[in-house]
Amino acid sequence: MEVQSIEEKWPLSQTCIFIPSFFLENFSILETHLTWLCICSVFVTAVNLLLYLVVKPNASSKRSSLSYKVTRFLKCCIYFLMSCFFFHVIFVLYGAPLIELVLETFLFAVILSTFTTVPCLCLLGPNIKAWLRVFSRNGVTSIWENSLQITTISSFIGTWLGAFPIPLDWERPWQMAIERKYKMCTSLYVCTRHGASHCPQVWPISCTLGATFGYVAGLVISPLWIYWNRKQLTYKNH
Amino acid sequence: MRLGSGTFAACCVVIEVLGVALFLRGFFPTPVRSSSRTEHQAEPPAPEPSAGASSNWTKLPPPLFRKVVIMLIDGLRDDFVFGSKGVKFMPYTTYLVEKGASHSFVAEAKLPTVTMPRIKALMTGSLPGFIDVVRNLNSPALLEDNVITQAKAAGKRIIFYGDETWVKLFPRHFVEYDGTTSFFVSDYTEVDDNVTRHLDKVLKRGDWDVLILHYLGLDHIGHVSGPSSPLIGHKLREMDSILMKIHTSLLSEERETLVPNLLVLCGDHGMSETGGHGASSVEELNTALILISSAFERKPGDIRRPKHVQQTDLAATLAIGLGLPIPGSSVGSLLFPTVEGRPVREQLRFLHLNAVQLSKLLQENVPSYTKEPGFEQFKMSERLHGNWIRLYLEENNSEVLFNLGAKVRRQYLDALRTLSLSLSRQVAQYDIYSMLVGTVMVLEVLALLLLSIPQALSSEAELEVPLWSPVFSLLFYLMFLVLSALHVIVCTSAESSCYFCGLSWLTAGGVMALISALLCAVGSALAKMFADGKFLSKNPAHPKARWSELDVLILLGTMGHVLSLGASSFIEEEHQTWYFLINTLCLALCHEIYRNCFLRDDCEPQQCSHVEEGFVSPAPALQDRSIRCNMLEPHRVSKGPTSLDTLRGYEKWMVLASPWVILTCCRLLRSLNQTGVQWAHRPDLGHWLTSSDHKAELSVLAALSLIVIFALVQRRCSLTSKVAMALGLLGVYCYRAAIGNVLFPWQRDSKDISKGVIEARFVHVFVLGILFTGTKDLLKSQVIAADFTIKTVGLWEIYSGLVLLAALLFRPHNLPVLVFSLFIQTIMTKFIWKPLRHDAAEITIMHYWFGQAFFYFQGNSNSIATVDVSAGFVGLDTYMEVPAMFLTAFATFAGPVLWASHLVSFLSSETSGSALGHACFCYALICSFPVSAYIILVTSLRYHLFIWSVFSPKLLYEGMHILITAAICAFFTAMDQTNTKS
Repeated sequence: MEVQSIEEKWPLSQTCIFIPSFFLENFSILETHLTWLCICSVFVTAVNLLLYLVVKPNASSKRSSLSYKVTRFLKCCIYFLMSCFFFHVIFVLYGAPLIELVLETFLFAVILSTFTTVPCLCLLGPNIKAWLRVFSRNGVTSIWENSLQITTISSFIGTWLGAFPIPLDWERPWQMAIERKYKMCTSLYVCTRHGASHCPQVWPISCTLGATFGYVAGLVISPLWIYWNRKQLTYKNH
Repeated sequence: MRLGSGTFAACCVVIEVLGVALFLRGFFPTPVRSSSRTEHQAEPPAPEPSAGASSNWTKLPPPLFRKVVIMLIDGLRDDFVFGSKGVKFMPYTTYLVEKGASHSFVAEAKLPTVTMPRIKALMTGSLPGFIDVVRNLNSPALLEDNVITQAKAAGKRIIFYGDETWVKLFPRHFVEYDGTTSFFVSDYTEVDDNVTRHLDKVLKRGDWDVLILHYLGLDHIGHVSGPSSPLIGHKLREMDSILMKIHTSLLSEERETLVPNLLVLCGDHGMSETGGHGASSVEELNTALILISSAFERKPGDIRRPKHVQQTDLAATLAIGLGLPIPGSSVGSLLFPTVEGRPVREQLRFLHLNAVQLSKLLQENVPSYTKEPGFEQFKMSERLHGNWIRLYLEENNSEVLFNLGAKVRRQYLDALRTLSLSLSRQVAQYDIYSMLVGTVMVLEVLALLLLSIPQALSSEAELEVPLWSPVFSLLFYLMFLVLSALHVIVCTSAESSCYFCGLSWLTAGGVMALISALLCAVGSALAKMFADGKFLSKNPAHPKARWSELDVLILLGTMGHVLSLGASSFIEEEHQTWYFLINTLCLALCHEIYRNCFLRDDCEPQQCSHVEEGFVSPAPALQDRSIRCNMLEPHRVSKGPTSLDTLRGYEKWMVLASPWVILTCCRLLRSLNQTGVQWAHRPDLGHWLTSSDHKAELSVLAALSLIVIFALVQRRCSLTSKVAMALGLLGVYCYRAAIGNVLFPWQRDSKDISKGVIEARFVHVFVLGILFTGTKDLLKSQVIAADFTIKTVGLWEIYSGLVLLAALLFRPHNLPVLVFSLFIQTIMTKFIWKPLRHDAAEITIMHYWFGQAFFYFQGNSNSIATVDVSAGFVGLDTYMEVPAMFLTAFATFAGPVLWASHLVSFLSSETSGSALGHACFCYALICSFPVSAYIILVTSLRYHLFIWSVFSPKLLYEGMHILITAAICAFFTAMDQTNTKS
């Protein structure tokens, strides 16, 4: 029964990601990328919370007081923020510029946290040990955790793969990084007048798109995977 | 015959080096050449075409200029003259360009933008092949037809001052010369003073016809401090004053003789934004070319913008100007403005001569030349020209004559442009046969390596090499006969020249025998495998081996890197790939550590079953067909519960923090040297440090780095080498202070800059001493076989000797690279490899990855321009080829070499038995995999647009890398041998 319910619900949240694009004028994922990032992360968070409230995957929180809930919620918020900073640091370690384009990098961190940390928080709560358990081999104990594992890992892989087109110079608009444009300008001796402001800033686009595609792919794959492997899935109940 | 896997791998790599060398020889083609060498110069010049009427002008036209002065400034890119810098620093030249009697051009150099090929291009007008880069440091005499040789044959007296390369290229051509060596890059005043000091004397004398001056200083400044350095301005100003001196002297002489002279100001190549050259950025390709002569008079208001022309056009122009035949292999077309002032008949005569020469070259190089559009145009304009001559001789109406003349001229110019274009596009044929033979060798070796993985990585680390049975088998002889027959057929029917056919029959036969023997070995290995496979399939109880995330990452990373070599931008930005991979590796290690630390209690039962599984697996694993499983199988036994639990509090925290420390180090290093192409111009710490304002900071950093290097290296050395190391590092600082890179605290001004030969030799002595001590210890451990620690110490001493050499050769701002390399090695050893008990294969591959990343952290890239040639002259008075090449190669590949030698010393100290053999095998495999794949990729992409600028330099780097890998594997094997003996 659980398998069926999950199959019904996931496509719902998939479509949600792309809904907000229709409400804005002049919207283009490439040009108003940062707006899209914000909307997308807010929306995904909302859908996740909604799903959590409706489905209540872990029914253990029966006898919880309001204060407990509030602290839990605050804890979740702090965890979310921490994960944003954590991802930001990792991006910088991976080579993102340290001083320039901080906002872009941070929003990228936010959206990646939305795709990965928010579902974890909803499902597992602020409990690092449980997270580590879920993300190690044979640590999964339910269908929900299984799909969580798949979506999270596929978002990470999507982001990772999304970094690959950065060095390519096919002169696509989403790829034409500020530096490259600047370089072309200098070689033509015209840049001083126009300045670099005309050049679009594209740093996180390929990575965020990668993350989004990874997340969506995870949403698609997880019910299918669960469906195909439903015979083999036997969870130990702790 | 049983061989250890190390020995086997070393042999394989050596064969692979041979294959790669053969491939390289075939890949770098001989460029477009005319078959007529200088000996055939007696050939009479083409007569003037004349339709019907006989022309009375069959001799070569007389020279246009009496004296020619060529002032070649190395690295003079176009904006140094025509841009804002030119206006600011070269006022006289700017005046000449804007108002004077001159023609200015932006001459586009072709690849490779390195001095010697460019000199050849300027003087022969041909396009030298890429392989000239490699011969750049050792230039043999130029045998091709060229302007200098022609001028000498015509009895012109030529004087040369400047870069020694010219003297080597044109031996016995100059009546007077003074060559300066171009190898002390940090010297930029003396090289030019050596040229200028002769100038006054020479200009007063009248006994010469051609004067060539080659100034190196500008290029040296570019190499040392980049094109935006203030030194550039000084140098340009100096050059401007020299130009003015020459020009006024020529003018005053003209007033007496009334025959115009020609002064040519040109650059051989440009200068990239980082100051190097060799690649194909616009800044490197565009050079300034200015022809100054009173014959080019212009009316006031006649604005001449610098036109874009090819560098090769100069040779034809010079030949015409000096009244010489145009060099046979020149692909350039006459710079028409230079003859614009002449009568129409002469103009057409010049154009005709040039067109005849080009069409002849086209006939020799293109089989279907009659179909070329340029050739048709040429034939048509020749016909028109004949008509014009007839009209001219009949002394017809001058207006008709003039109009027709203009038409003919236009036709000729079009024909010249088309001919020149199609000729320069005519890249010489690749020597496919040699390439094929090389590729086959490399691929067979790779197949052999891949097939022997299961055996080589088994616990004995030995494998049965069927060495004798294939030699006596029927297959071998059949193959040998077939290949020999093929060889004969190919070589007798080949039209183009082929290197492999040019080899002696014995050598070729040897290569054929080698190929067929390898083929037989591969065949027998395959057969064996199938037999084992059948055996295995009968007992399916074989447990499926598990891959850890790390192994998956290693496999995927290797595959991904190899695949990425197919895209030119990934090659340009290969450093990004490696940085990305090692970052991911660190995160994977981090994951592994955290899981091991925090989930120990939860996963105990699984771990147990895991261990049991490991105990079961080794026996059948030996025959397993799957590649990776086997590589990782044997160590599973020992892996068991890792020793993380046993660590005490502080160490546990260090283990947890270590991946983050390494990641931070890598990030810092990444911002030290921006490399590659797209982001190379971005500001980085290295440039900040090398700028002259920050000398104090650089000194402090260098001193600190040297101290930290000592602290990290000394802990495992013997006392004598500790002392030697300390003195050596002190010597390194003294050397850098002597050549003016860093300051002593008590030294305020840096006036007395020397070449630092004594200091550098002092360090060299200590390097050799440490290496000698290490070797002595190793030999002792082998002979006495008493103490295991002696060997460890010996290996570490060899390693520290290499570190000292690297410290000497690295530029001072790169010393932190060395520090971080040692630091990361220490951390990895202490907190990652030892506690997590990775097996030899994993450790080897991690070392290889880090070695590659450090190659790029040093500031290297896949373009020739980043090779630090100055490293080859540390401690040498004059240019000595062998030591210079060795030092340059070591300085360039210091990262991979240091990591590999650390691998040897780590493995022989930490583990025992088969680990070294496994490591050697893995190292050989992982190095030969990209090379083989790249050879195939390059072969299939050989008509790619970027083949010269991107793929060829990378191919040279790969060739060099495999050579160094062979040396490393030999060292591994030697260590392995001593291991087994003791």
